[in-house]
Amino acid sequence: MKQRLSTLLVAAAMSAAFAVHAQQPVKKPVPPPAKAAASAKQGGITAEFEKFREVLEEDNPAELFEARGEDIWKHKKGPDGASMAQCDLGLGAGVVKGAYVQMPRWFADVGQVMDAERRVVHCMVKYLGYKEEDIRKQPFSNVNKTPDHVSVITYVAGQSRNLKIAAPQKHPKEKETYEIGKEIFAYRAGPYDFSCATCHGEDGKRIRTQDLPNLRKPDQAIRAYQGWPGYRMTGGFMLTQQWRMNDCFRQQRFPEPGYLSDSITALLAYMTATANGQVYKGPGIKR
Amino acid sequence: MNQTIVFLAASLACGAVLADEIRDYRAEAAAMLKRDFKTKGIATADRLHEDGVQAICNRTSDHPPKAVAERLEKDQLDGVRYPADGKLMGDWKAGEKLAQSGRGMTWSDKAGVPGGGNCYNCHQIGPQETSFGTIGTSLYQYGKLRGNTPETQKYTYAKIWNAKAFNLCSAMPRFGHAGALTEAQIKDLVALLLDPQSPVNSK
Ligand code: HEC
Ligand code: HEC
Repeated sequence: MKQRLSTLLVAAAMSAAFAVHAQQPVKKPVPPPAKAAASAKQGGITAEFEKFREVLEEDNPAELFEARGEDIWKHKKGPDGASMAQCDLGLGAGVVKGAYVQMPRWFADVGQVMDAERRVVHCMVKYLGYKEEDIRKQPFSNVNKTPDHVSVITYVAGQSRNLKIAAPQKHPKEKETYEIGKEIFAYRAGPYDFSCATCHGEDGKRIRTQDLPNLRKPDQAIRAYQGWPGYRMTGGFMLTQQWRMNDCFRQQRFPEPGYLSDSITALLAYMTATANGQVYKGPGIKR
Repeated sequence: MNQTIVFLAASLACGAVLADEIRDYRAEAAAMLKRDFKTKGIATADRLHEDGVQAICNRTSDHPPKAVAERLEKDQLDGVRYPADGKLMGDWKAGEKLAQSGRGMTWSDKAGVPGGGNCYNCHQIGPQETSFGTIGTSLYQYGKLRGNTPETQKYTYAKIWNAKAFNLCSAMPRFGHAGALTEAQIKDLVALLLDPQSPVNSK
């Protein structure tokens, strides 16, 4: 196990491209049980949850994480004195306002289309000296820990509150990423023959009592964005879009997608561009 | 199975003509998935390979030409293995438990632990369970409406064993074919749907 880890790390160090997709054989936080299976009686719970959410949204706990993220963004310095003020989220170095709703986008400096989470992590590694392999050890929050990069993403997202989603589709690579995302959405495979479209391809469907948005339609594709990153009430931590994609692939009975991989960026580009023009209300609350 | 391959090859040939004209994003997507996804627990990377049915449905947006669909449905039906003793109905109570369980085949499920049916995720079934999904049709009163005849039993067993034998691009998993449910489990589910004692068929 140890040996495999070090072999992987060496391999990862050897190739930056590989590093992006490297899968560390370390213990990941145990994903919550399939929501669909979690409870046989959710009707009442759903109503309760909605009430609770309304109350909480007035005074959203996500803001605590925004504040923590802001602190890291504004005050933390890298080993050589670099800071996030040098990070370009697409609108110029250090510009955070409105950047979240304009990703995924093409970034010429890395020659890649990146979604917001990927770009933020990229900057934290580049400027603040975070180690990519450490971030990959715990990419998602759990009851014990909401990692720094998740707080920073929550801050960045909060700085696009009440702005219109406008994922650019001008650069050929942005269009290509959208088209590939659209195909991934429809790609059926695995022991259950599921694709995203199996659960999110028609209007008005449910799994148990959970409403499933038809993510091919603009007015419902917004749900890939609205309320994310989301404060998970059962546990008290923040979850990002990358987590949502990971858990849906788990339910799809697929193998695990690489964190911050091209496939996830492509899916997010497809859903975000589909939702373009609608107002993002900021980090929210998810059950 | 040979026929499956012939049809698949024919359809791929048509796809290739198309690919020359427009960029084949579908193939690019498949290649990207294979690059980015890794085995975790029982969810192995080879799950990304499409089998014949998946490939045809993926390439035709779930609307294969009728002749192709019929051919492949027949292949799928030919693959259904019925119980050796000819008994298709088990215990409806065990079936209800299986229908409730959403476990099975994810990377957080353990190897060797029998999975559930996930049936309530998609179907209304028994009258007491109000937390049911709507991707599938309602199965409440299924046996009442169809009659508990040998033909209905056989169809129901085969449908659960391989839903694609009747509707090639159905959203429903092929539970027996995929090894997600055992013969005994499928019998229990047939009983849940058809046994006159099952609450599914109560007045
Ligand atoms: C087997 C069923 C299933 C599959 C397959 C599936 N999902 Fe989901 N998805 C769900 C469930 C259940 C939820 C939770 C809905 C809720 O919280 O009310 C969900 C939620 C989501 C959400 C968040 C919606 C919201 O309102 O916050 C997004 C976005 C999403 N899925 C995208 C996808 C994508 C992209 C894929 C394919 C990679 C996919 N899903 C595959 C079942 C599925
Ligand atoms: C992901 C969704 C999904 C799951 C899970 C699922 N089904 Fe289905 N099922 C469907 C859909 C959609 C149909 C209708 C289309 C078709 O016939 O293929 C269907 C049809 C059926 C039919 C045929 C109904 C008829 O009128 O002929 C039966 C019987 C059935 N399902 C039983 C089950 C059982 C038992 C389980 C659990 C082991 C199950 N299904 C799990 C989606 C699902």
